Formats: sequence, structure tokens, C-alpha cells
Amino acid sequence: MLIDPVKNIIQNINKAFDHRIRLGIMSILMVNESADFGTLKELLGTTDGNLASHAKALEVENYIVVEKQFIGRKPNTSYKATKSGREAFEAHIDAIEKLIRKS
Amino acid sequence: MENNQYLDDLKDIRRMMNQSTQFLSLSGLAGILAGCYSLIGAFVAKQILNEHRGYYVTLESTTFRNIVLIALGVLVLSIVTAMALTFSKAKKNNESFWNTSSKRLLLNFLIPLGTGGIFCLLLLRHQVYGLIAPVTLIFYGLACVNASKYTMGDVRYLGLSITILGLICTEFSGYGLYFWALGFGVCHIIYGSIMYYKYDLKRANN
Repeated sequence: MLIDPVKNIIQNINKAFDHRIRLGIMSILMVNESADFGTLKELLGTTDGNLASHAKALEVENYIVVEKQFIGRKPNTSYKATKSGREAFEAHIDAIEKLIRKS
Repeated sequence: MENNQYLDDLKDIRRMMNQSTQFLSLSGLAGILAGCYSLIGAFVAKQILNEHRGYYVTLESTTFRNIVLIALGVLVLSIVTAMALTFSKAKKNNESFWNTSSKRLLLNFLIPLGTGGIFCLLLLRHQVYGLIAPVTLIFYGLACVNASKYTMGDVRYLGLSITILGLICTEFSGYGLYFWALGFGVCHIIYGSIMYYKYDLKRANN
């Protein structure tokens, strides 16, 4: 079976990560065990609504999990990358690297 | 066109990974100033020791009390300077002073340092005074090595240098003050200058 190498790479470029905020969320969660909503918001320089909707998109794909808990009386939302999220993100970075190297 | 976008993506990923794990607003200038305070403190302590009559410095003597006061003064002044400069640098970098990465940095710095502090108090209790100088240097050095994962890499080499000085110091008891001046004074000034030129000046020129 013949597989077009460029086409094969492009298949690995993950549409779910094709946005700066989603890419940012995943990058942060790859190197941190977990990150709370406020930290992500500050690092990405975005609004509550924007961050929430992009986080939701990643959650739907099962790439991250949301943990809601109370610290004292304050509600705290934190995010963690799942195993499949990590694998998908690594595949995505590999694909980008290969694409750049090709040209 | 497309490739440029992916290159930017990679740069973004790298920046996010660094920024979310490292606190980069430590000021090199704070290191230089802390080094200067230490050298001045060591110089004054040396003068006091020279004036001291009798060979032994006992725990109850005013000489000992004055030296402890100098050490505490240097410590407090260094911490206040570091906090103030870091605070202003963080403000300039649009990084918040008290965020996850700065908390993690501080915690990982304080674990070895606190252990060393308690260990020193225990040494005092058991009257092993000769080991105080090397132990403070070694634990401070290890605290820097431990904290370096969460800030600029240069802190690692500062920590290693001071740890090695501490080990050498163990073999030369009686010269603790000189090793303190070398470790807390000279090392801080050298690495503080390196960090100041590498990060602070470069940013100012941009």
C-alpha cells in the first residue's frame, strides 16, 4: 500500500489544537500536573468566556479533564491533561516538526 | 505562509511551557546588592572580631550578639531588596509577583533552606559551632540548585559554586567568615552581574 507522506503528516495535524488558546492550554498542561482557571487565564492573556469555551472544546475531545472543588469557600476549577490528550498533542507537535522540516 | 504559522505555533508552545513553569522576574541587581551587603557585613564582623579580647568568642558575649545582629541585618536587607526589585521587574514584565510559578519557586527554595536553618539551630544546641559556616553555605547552595528548575538556569551554577565552597569550608574551620564573604558576597555579585547583563540589560535595550 502506498501512502503519500505529506498527506500522512497532514492527517496528524490535529484540528482540535488549531487555535492559539487551545494550543496554549495544552502546552501548559503538558509541563504542569494541573493548572487552575486563573493561572491559565493570566498566562494566555484571555477573557473568562474565551478560555472557558476553548477548554470546553478540549474537554469534549477527552484531551483534558476538569476538576471542580472548593478551596475554603471559594470554588476552584482546575484542568489536567489526559493520557490521550498528551499522546494527541505529542503527535501534533511531531507532525508540525515534520512539516517544517519538509520545506 | 503555512510554515510560518506552524513555526509560530512551535514558538508559542515553547514560550507557554517555559512561562508556566519558570518564574523569570528574578532580578540580577538584587543578587549584586545582596552580595555587597554580605561583604560589608563580613567586613564589619571582622572589625568586631579584631577588637575582641581573648581567643574564644562565647555565646553570651556582646561580640557574639553583635555578629548575630549583623548577620540578621544582612539577611533582612537582602530579602527586602530582592522582594522590592523582583516586584518591580514582574510589574514591568506583566508577570504577576505572586503566581503559581513564583509560589513553586519559593517553596522549593525554602525546603532545603529551612532544613538547613533547623539543622544549624540543632548544631548550636549541641555546641558544634565550627560547622555552622559550612552548613549554612551548603544548604543555601542546595536550596539554589533545587529552586533553579523553576527560574533562570544560572541560579543552578550559583548554587553549585556555593555548595562546593561550603564543602571546602568544612576543612578550614576558623575561616568561616572568609568563606561566607566568598560565598554569599563574591558569588552573589558574580552571578548577579551575569544575570543582570544577560536578562535585565538585554530587555532594556529591546
